[in-house]
Amino acid sequence: MKVLVCIKQVPDMESRFKVNGSGDWYDEADLAYRMNEYDEYAVEQAVQLKEQLGDAPDVTVLSIGPDRVGDALKKALAMGCDRAVHVQDPDSCRKDPWQIADIIASFAKGKDFDVIFTGMQSQDRGSAQVGVTVAERLGHNCTTTLVGFGYADGVVTAKRELEGGVKSVVKLPLPALVTCQLGLNVPRYPTLPNIMKAKKKEFLTVPAADLLSEQPAVATEKLYPPVKTGSAVVLEGDLAQIADRLLGILKEKTTVVK
Amino acid sequence: MKALLVCEQREGKILDTSYELVAFADRLGAEKVLVLVGKDAPKVDAKVYLADVDKFGEYNPDLHKQVVLEAIQKENPDYVVFVHSSYGWDLAPRVAASLKVGQVSEIVNIVDGKFELALCNAKLRRTVSPKGARAVLTIQAGAFNAVEASGSAQVEAIDAAGSTKLQFVGYEPAEKKDVDLGRAEIIVSAGRGVGKKENVSIIAELAKAFGGELGASRPVVDAGWVAHSHQVGTTGQTVSPKLYVACGISGAIQHLAGMKKSDFIVAINKDKDAPISEAADVMVVADVLQLAPVLMEKLRAA
Repeated sequence: MKVLVCIKQVPDMESRFKVNGSGDWYDEADLAYRMNEYDEYAVEQAVQLKEQLGDAPDVTVLSIGPDRVGDALKKALAMGCDRAVHVQDPDSCRKDPWQIADIIASFAKGKDFDVIFTGMQSQDRGSAQVGVTVAERLGHNCTTTLVGFGYADGVVTAKRELEGGVKSVVKLPLPALVTCQLGLNVPRYPTLPNIMKAKKKEFLTVPAADLLSEQPAVATEKLYPPVKTGSAVVLEGDLAQIADRLLGILKEKTTVVK
Repeated sequence: MKALLVCEQREGKILDTSYELVAFADRLGAEKVLVLVGKDAPKVDAKVYLADVDKFGEYNPDLHKQVVLEAIQKENPDYVVFVHSSYGWDLAPRVAASLKVGQVSEIVNIVDGKFELALCNAKLRRTVSPKGARAVLTIQAGAFNAVEASGSAQVEAIDAAGSTKLQFVGYEPAEKKDVDLGRAEIIVSAGRGVGKKENVSIIAELAKAFGGELGASRPVVDAGWVAHSHQVGTTGQTVSPKLYVACGISGAIQHLAGMKKSDFIVAINKDKDAPISEAADVMVVADVLQLAPVLMEKLRAA
């Protein structure tokens, strides 16, 4: 069985974000990058599938971006993927989801991946488009937002998370693409021996231009910080004073604190 | 300008978010036509294409896609609009890919005719425009106030040919709750900012000192620090207590959607500019772990 996992590297969402000089993306300087959280679940599920099938599957992990995304790929290798493919693109932030999906679909075409895992969305952009679009382009069966994954006899059983805590169960035969929601599993930490082993694994690089054939379908006009509309009373400084002022306000403005 | 609105139902009940689609189309100033795989049409003064859910399935994106494409064929809309929900984000890219048109996801506003989106946990915004003559859109749930369900639809049955290998097995109801946040008058919620599982007990104590219930944001539940029954947000519970205290919660869109109808909102966060400040009545800039003992002492003394 051949498995593909698609991952993205994103900034730590706790960062302070500034608009870049050209006003079309965030300033990448001084940001710490990590693997997109949703994709960690995708990598873990691919590795668990491999373990379930007695190490027989062959797991390729792919990421698109500048040199730094090599770190995310190395982490995925240390988590148990067999080979990494770095689609080199210093300008990946200016590709829209349609183009990103095109790059992935072009790479995967003809390689007969049986299962493709992606995160359900990226933490920075959050379009939730890339995985499904790749499935459409490849003609794979597809379902999204997995909080449960099972595989037996060529059929994936997926548990999807819907709104309000409701879940639904869907079965889909291979080839299949699924997108992973937070909480699907418990992503493992790479151990030191596995980090060492990962250094010997195959690491391919492909220029994005070799795979991309589509023009962007959506244009970014401009980027800006949210317009502050909140009118919150701000309390800061000495803790005892804050506590007194807060309780004073709550006594005055609510009926539940006396 | 014409918008085809793709509505949603679950087990025979039309979801309220369908009326947010109508509100969005009105904001756009677009002529609206609706399409639904279901049993009954939404209550709206517009044409509604209704596909039989018994034939097309509760969840079958392959078949539902064909229904939507058929409606597009009949109506030739400029925009095909979904709610950015587990149904919409699953189905919309399939329609966009079939049409080979761009998709704009999770629109929060319309600014000067451009679509505004949130980026990086709503810490940034951007405006985008689709390049082609037609586009697929999804709107953020809760961003456009639903119109009232009233009116009589001009219902037209719609059929489509399609094939699928996907099998919908069924729904699993939400887990049984050991706490009913929907009835709580005071909720004190823990977010990722509390740091670690051990610290959640401090927030639980604070909740008790207020005489309220413990709530939590999604990351805290996913990390296994708190049971899912305490989760506030679109995938947890939607709450509207008299007092909501958000501790170490930055304010992801999904969390805000679940608590912004609370009567009075206090946010305690080290970051003054955290998106939660937009929803808060009082923004306390402090480390909640340091503030909580002080607050508790004063609450108990009162």
